[in-house]
Amino acid sequence: MPPNPELIRIENLSKEYRNGPQSVQVLHDIKLSIGAGEFVAIMGPSGSGKSTFMNILGCLDTPSSGRYFLNGRDVSTLASDELANLRNATLGFVFQGFNLLKRASALENVALPLLYADIGVAARTQRALALLEQIGLEARRDARPNELSGGQQQRVAIARALANNPQIILADEPTGNLDSHTSQEIMAIFSRLNQERGITIVLVTHEADIARYAKRLVRFVDGKIVHDGAVDV
Amino acid sequence: MKLRDITAESWHAMTMNRLRTGLTMLGMIIGVGAVVLMLAIGQGAQTTVNDSIASMGSNLFIVLSGASTSGGLRFGAGSAPTLTVGDASAIASLATIAQATPVYPGNAQLAYAANNWSTLVSGVGTSYTDIRNWRVEAGRDFDESDLRSSARVVLLGKTVASKLFGNENPVGKTLRIKNSPFLVIGLLEAKGQSLDGRDQDDSALIPVTTAQTKLFGNPFPGTVRYIMAQGKTAESMKDAQQEMTQLLRQRHRLGANAEDDFSIRDLTAMAQAAAGSAKAMSLMLGAIASISLLVGGIGIMNIMLVSVTERTREIGLRMAIGARRRDILLQFLLEAMILCIIGGLVGDMIGIGGAWLVSAMSEMQVVVTLWSILLSFLFSATIGIFFGYYPARRAATLKPVEALRYE
Ligand SMILES: Nc1ncnc2c1ncn2[C@@H]1O[C@H](COP(=O)(O)OP(=O)(O)OP(=O)(O)O)[C@@H](O)[C@H]1O
Ligand SMILES: [Mg+2]
Repeated sequence: MPPNPELIRIENLSKEYRNGPQSVQVLHDIKLSIGAGEFVAIMGPSGSGKSTFMNILGCLDTPSSGRYFLNGRDVSTLASDELANLRNATLGFVFQGFNLLKRASALENVALPLLYADIGVAARTQRALALLEQIGLEARRDARPNELSGGQQQRVAIARALANNPQIILADEPTGNLDSHTSQEIMAIFSRLNQERGITIVLVTHEADIARYAKRLVRFVDGKIVHDGAVDV
Repeated sequence: MKLRDITAESWHAMTMNRLRTGLTMLGMIIGVGAVVLMLAIGQGAQTTVNDSIASMGSNLFIVLSGASTSGGLRFGAGSAPTLTVGDASAIASLATIAQATPVYPGNAQLAYAANNWSTLVSGVGTSYTDIRNWRVEAGRDFDESDLRSSARVVLLGKTVASKLFGNENPVGKTLRIKNSPFLVIGLLEAKGQSLDGRDQDDSALIPVTTAQTKLFGNPFPGTVRYIMAQGKTAESMKDAQQEMTQLLRQRHRLGANAEDDFSIRDLTAMAQAAAGSAKAMSLMLGAIASISLLVGGIGIMNIMLVSVTERTREIGLRMAIGARRRDILLQFLLEAMILCIIGGLVGDMIGIGGAWLVSAMSEMQVVVTLWSILLSFLFSATIGIFFGYYPARRAATLKPVEALRYE
């Protein structure tokens, strides 16, 4: 049991992909609880269901069975607009492929979640600038993603994830496309966010170096949790 | 999310991807512009023909010397003209005929002061202007005494008057036709083009008796080139034609087996044929225009569909960071609408501008019709909005994870 108030509780969660008559069960009867302020690394071989699990945590996908409580609320009962609000205000995503809007500037990318939070133009720009400053990219506010390095793009994506002060950041292999030096920089940012601001971080990685930034390790094999505890890598 | 923000976002997305926006608009512009222009040209041709028909006079017959055969008219070389002024008066007194006039045309050189102009001079009876529905704008028409006395008087068409007199008022002036002096007694109102594209105002009228005896040497005294007759009603045209045929056969003493030595043409029927062919041309232009519209539509469709992958991922991302379904739908709908409205307006302007250019650079009349503007606009806008909105709708109903992963 985590020491802090419980933020995420997963009960007997399964995920099955149906493709015509065939069906593949990707997640089997997962049970997991994550407290506020934790820093959890998820590891496991390719195809073990890590991304599938993260997408469910992020309310981007729905489980086949089982229950998912976020802040004590059963997510499966929420309407699509409520899920959108949840993704907007409570969750922040960092993807392996950055997923920035190609034709928008760094500033516009960071400001995008604020737009959907009904924040006025002036406040949006101000807040997005402050976020760019935190990640040291205020000078590149007008740069398009293709004018930024991979590390810079991922920092912009992190700033975007932070736009609405989320409780949780979900990062699926955020350093997967980056060299080890840049990966360390990105991980330093995550660490700081976790330690200084108490943001809960759940992060998928294949690398032990990266996992060591976390305080708890969950290991998946074939859609089941085989380890949940200390970072023993 | 507020409508203003969504509109701004739509506009922003359009300006971010100028190529896609430009290509889609190009489809709209070509489709709409081509339709408006082509239909304007077709409509113009129809209007020209209809105006000429209206200017011709109603229920008109032309009676020509010479036999008509199934293959058309046959004028034997040197064959004598058979129609006379007397035939014209006899036709005029038929019950189904309102009035009739002999016509004796010829080309002649007109001169006034230092100006020369060669034009068609027609010798006509007093009812000619009435039959042609051609008003005398200034001065007076011919009267019976002009005809009886073979007076040297002339009515001028607008073009002739301006060529010879410039801005001067010609009425009361004396000009020379083939070197003999004629008094200008009246100026005819402008009439415009005839069906065969001739300028009807480039002509002058004189009494038929003057034409026969004083102006044109006539190897067959008393004859005229043709007779113009006006039926009383549109319904009685067939009867009138029959009565005229009987009358002329009688007057020309033709035996039961002899061929007619004249032919009667119903100008109204010919005008209808001309109107029919103008309509056919207009329809053909319309068909070409529809093809442009279709091609433009397919262009719009392609561009919209090609960008679907990229846009589906964008929609997935927007949903992942908090966009609600209706935020997405509204953004894409607005985007497609703004695109179509701007493209349609530009297309309309180009079509109208093109039509204006065509009429300025050629003699062609063009008429831009409201329905062609609306039709092309609505068609292109429907395609644009449907193919702009439909993929977005599909993407917005996907789970965010599916949209994000879309290939
Ligand atoms: N949409 C889908 N339809 C069917 N099967 C799927 C789908 N998405 C994922 N899978 C399957 O689910 C399993 C788990 O995939 P997942 O992406 O969660 O793995 P992962 O642990 O993230 O792997 P990696 O480390 O390579 O990213 C895989 O076997 C994959 O083939
Ligand atoms: Mg994965």
